[in-house]
This record gives sequence, structure tokens and C-alpha cells, in this order.
Amino acid sequence: MKEVVVLSGKGGTGKTTIVGSLAALAERKVLADCDVDAADLYLLLGPAHKQTNEFWSGQVAHVDADKCNQCGLCQDLCRFDAIHEFRVEEVSCEGCGLCSQVCPTEAISMKETMAGHWYVSDTRYGPLVHARLGIAQENSGKLVAVVRQEAKRLAREQALDYIISDGPPGIGCPVISSLSGAGLALLVTEPSLSGMHDLDRVLGVCRHFGVPAAVCINKYDLNEENTARIERQCLSQGVQIVGRVPFDNVVTESIVQGVPVVEYSDDDVAREIKQMWRRLAVMLANGTN
Amino acid sequence: MIVSVASGKGGTGKTLVATSLALSLSDDREVQLLDCDVEEPNDHVFLQPEITGSKAVSIPVPRVDEARCTYCGKCAQVCAYHAIAVLGNHVLPFPQLCHGCGACSYLCPEKAITEEHRQVGVVEWGHSGALGFVQGKLAVGEAMAPPVIREVKRCANRDGAVIIDVPPGTSCPVVEAIKDSDFCLLVTEPTPFGLNDLVLAVETVTKLGIPCAVVLNRVGVGDLGVEEYCRQERIPVLLTIPLDMEIARLYSRGIALVAGMPQWKSSFLELFGRITEIVDERSRSSKR
Repeated sequence: MKEVVVLSGKGGTGKTTIVGSLAALAERKVLADCDVDAADLYLLLGPAHKQTNEFWSGQVAHVDADKCNQCGLCQDLCRFDAIHEFRVEEVSCEGCGLCSQVCPTEAISMKETMAGHWYVSDTRYGPLVHARLGIAQENSGKLVAVVRQEAKRLAREQALDYIISDGPPGIGCPVISSLSGAGLALLVTEPSLSGMHDLDRVLGVCRHFGVPAAVCINKYDLNEENTARIERQCLSQGVQIVGRVPFDNVVTESIVQGVPVVEYSDDDVAREIKQMWRRLAVMLANGTN
Repeated sequence: MIVSVASGKGGTGKTLVATSLALSLSDDREVQLLDCDVEEPNDHVFLQPEITGSKAVSIPVPRVDEARCTYCGKCAQVCAYHAIAVLGNHVLPFPQLCHGCGACSYLCPEKAITEEHRQVGVVEWGHSGALGFVQGKLAVGEAMAPPVIREVKRCANRDGAVIIDVPPGTSCPVVEAIKDSDFCLLVTEPTPFGLNDLVLAVETVTKLGIPCAVVLNRVGVGDLGVEEYCRQERIPVLLTIPLDMEIARLYSRGIALVAGMPQWKSSFLELFGRITEIVDERSRSSKR
């Protein structure tokens, strides 16, 4: 079983568009949406929800005003500036529990929080594991870990060949959680200075965690000079460019229709993505793992 | 006044809006741009700021004095993040998991735990012309953005206008960047993805009690879902930016919209005027 995670550093470069298309192209796979903050993959795959699970994680402090003698110790010790006027500001509380440990009148208790949901759905492309982190919640990395664990379980149970995951933007906690131990990271970038700067950082994260990377340049014709620079930089770092996808409004049209672009059209965009999948399949078969 | 620029979905144009808004305002007033997208900060690409100072951001992590330690296990028991373990006659801190809350050192009965600093990023400041500039950078391989974002926000000068470029998403880094703002602009695009993530972003700012409005970017292809949603929810759409290859090319070259197409400046000044009206109206009605 091979796991491919699609990342980008910068948001909006086309991760979900690519994953939606790989969903249509790859055989025998489970799909995982690891962008638990803003999960969009399901919009392309038309899932039928099969199973909903609660995600309980972390705690928040609660002050019982009747027991509180307003000594202020909790406020002084809280490193997250989460207690004001003897009340806990829940969005700032990181659940460390120091306040409840030290409160001399035992007025502070820690309450478990339901930090989101995760789902297993059926799609016409195979099973999809996805999630929704509660608004303003912490622990997105832990929820990503749950999504990946379930995807692996399904892949093993059904003897599937691939796990294809749509990763979150950035380089922090949920990205690290999506990436660590994966077989290959497909990095989708665009030929803008921002995209290039962000690609460089996410490549650094792949190296840090020892995950091999391949690059797809999306909207490559938006700035061909920058595209050439990305190609040179990747070459010098031994990173393979596996796809060059042109800019085309057909991508937006396919999103509006809610179908993967390779099924919506058969023009250059679709042709390039199909070719990219063939290259990726070879890389995976040759054991980047 | 603090105006944050957020989005839910990445790549909708937060950086474009934040840099052009800040640059437009800097012509005749004191304004500061804080890049709180510390995982992937890009405002500097468009501003080419002169950096005049910087500071390491670190979190306090435990250091155990084994001579004093009795291996009682209190530290491991109180750590909510499983960042310290006691196994027989060994104490093992896991600094990567530590949030720096200080519970272990405060509660150690033998006073065997002190704290040392572990660097997780850096804050840099300077200016681009008259525009004040601050950015945070999370170190590659580090997981926790909020401590870096907190340090960037400590540099805010509330006497003038402060524009905050927020990371994408809806979780803790976004909350850290947005909270205490007077207003939040949500930048989105007219697609089902843009709508899905806008709804989540609106829920986030609503939970924080911050008034918001929408900037709709890349209007041309797409659908009407976002506009219908904004009408239903009575969320004003204060600016629309068309899908325009010229704008996309300027962006790709790292040129701010108002620098490459100065005719846009009046639109951004008007946008800020509308925001000021909404914030003033809100503070008047809350005083009443």
C-alpha cells in the first residue's frame, strides 16, 4: 500500500483539483481529506455519508464562580492569557490544566471538548475519509492523524493499493501530521513568487521528515520565466517535476459542476494530469518508500 | 483600528488585499502591516521592506536537574501534552510536544525543573516606505504557529491603522491572528470551494464577535453561490476584483496590485472608509 499526500505550502494552488482528478484516475484506492480546517474534496466526489464519528480531544478550563475567591493566581500563571476577570476565554485556553491544579479553592475544573467530527463516506471513486474540525478548535494535527489512521485501516482491510490524501496549506501542525511517514509528497505549486517561496519551505519540511517529494507546476503558463526557475531549482535539489498543468477556466467550471476536471473535459489540463498520474504510479511502483 | 484579512480557503487573495490596502492607506496616515501567516509569510515579496530588527521567538521547555529529581512522576502526570515522561530512573522531556505552559516546573515538588528556551521562529520588523511592517516566520519542521503569531501581534502600534494578514483555515492559528481585531475582511472567490470555506470563516469570526464583510476576488468564471449566501446572511460585499490575467501576472511577479495598477488605490481607500463606518456605527450602538 502506497500513500501519496498532496501539499503546497501556499493555499489555492490546486491541491484539491489535483486530488479530485487522481481519485478518478487511480485504481483501488482510499481517499483522505487531511485539510480538516476547510475540507473541500467532498464537493468534487459526491459522497454518500456512511458513518459519522465524534472527535473528542483536549480540554478547556471552567471557573465555578461560587467557589472562586478571586485570588488571581490562575490569571498570573496562565501563559496563554486565557483568564480575564476570573473567567476563562475558551478560544485562548490551550487546556494545560495548570490553573485547575493550583487553584486553592478548587474552583477550576477541566472539561473535555468535542473538537470536531470525522466521517467515512462512499464515493463513486472509492471510500473517502474526511473530517471537520470544530470552529476555532485546537488539535487539527490530532484529527488529521485520526483521518490517516482510518484511511490506512480501510486500505488494509480492503487490500487497496493507494491512499491519496489532500493536505492542508502551510507547514505547521496539520501539515506535519499529514506528511510524516507518507510514501510520497506531491507538491502543487504555481509560478508566482509567493508560490515559489512557499514551495521552498514545504520542500524543507519534506526533507526534515525524510519524505520524498515530486512537484507539479499548476498554471505554469501564467509566468513561464518563473516556471523555468522552479524547474531549475527542483533539478538542482534532485526533485522531479511530474506535471506542468496550463491555466484554463475549465478547472473552475468543473468545480462549479462538482466533478473532477479529468472527467469534465479532455483538453490539455486533463491530458497533463493523466500523464502526471502515470509518472507518479511509476515512481510509487519503483519504491520511493 | 485593527483590520484583519482572512479567508478560510487558501489562495483567494488575502495577501493581495492586505498589501494593497496597507499601501493605499500609507500615503497619508500611520499604518502598519502585520504578516501573521507565519507558516508561509509572503507580504515581504510584495513590499520588499527594509528589515531593521528581529527577535527570536522561543517557548519555555523543561530542563530537569536529575540531582534533585526523585522520579516521583508528578511532571508526567500533570502534563496535558504528554511532553514529559518518567520511566524508572529516567525523565524524558519531548520538547517538540511542549506548549510551554509551565505546569511541570511550577508543580514539581522537588523544584527540580527549570525552563530553557527553545526557538520556534523569528519576528522581523522594518518598513516599506512610510508603511510599517512586521512579519513572523515559523521555523521549518516546527508545528506550533500560535506563539510566533502572538509575538508578531505584540508589535502592533494601535495608534495608527493596523492591517493583519491571517493564515488560511479556521483553527488555532487563525483565531490567534484574528482575535482583538475591530473588523475582519473575508476574501473569497465565487466557486463552491470558496463558498464552503467562507461559511466556515464567517462562523469563526462570529464566534469571536468580530464584525465582517466580504471581498470577492476573481469574479468572472464561477457561480453565484457566494453572492446569494452574502445576501441571505446580510454580509456586505465591500469590494469585487475581476478575474483578470493582468492582475494575475502582476501577482506572479510579486508586484502589489496598487503598485502595478494605481487606479485601484481609490477602491481600497473606499473599502477602508466603509470599514471605518461599520466599526464606528457598531461602537455607537454598543454605547447606546
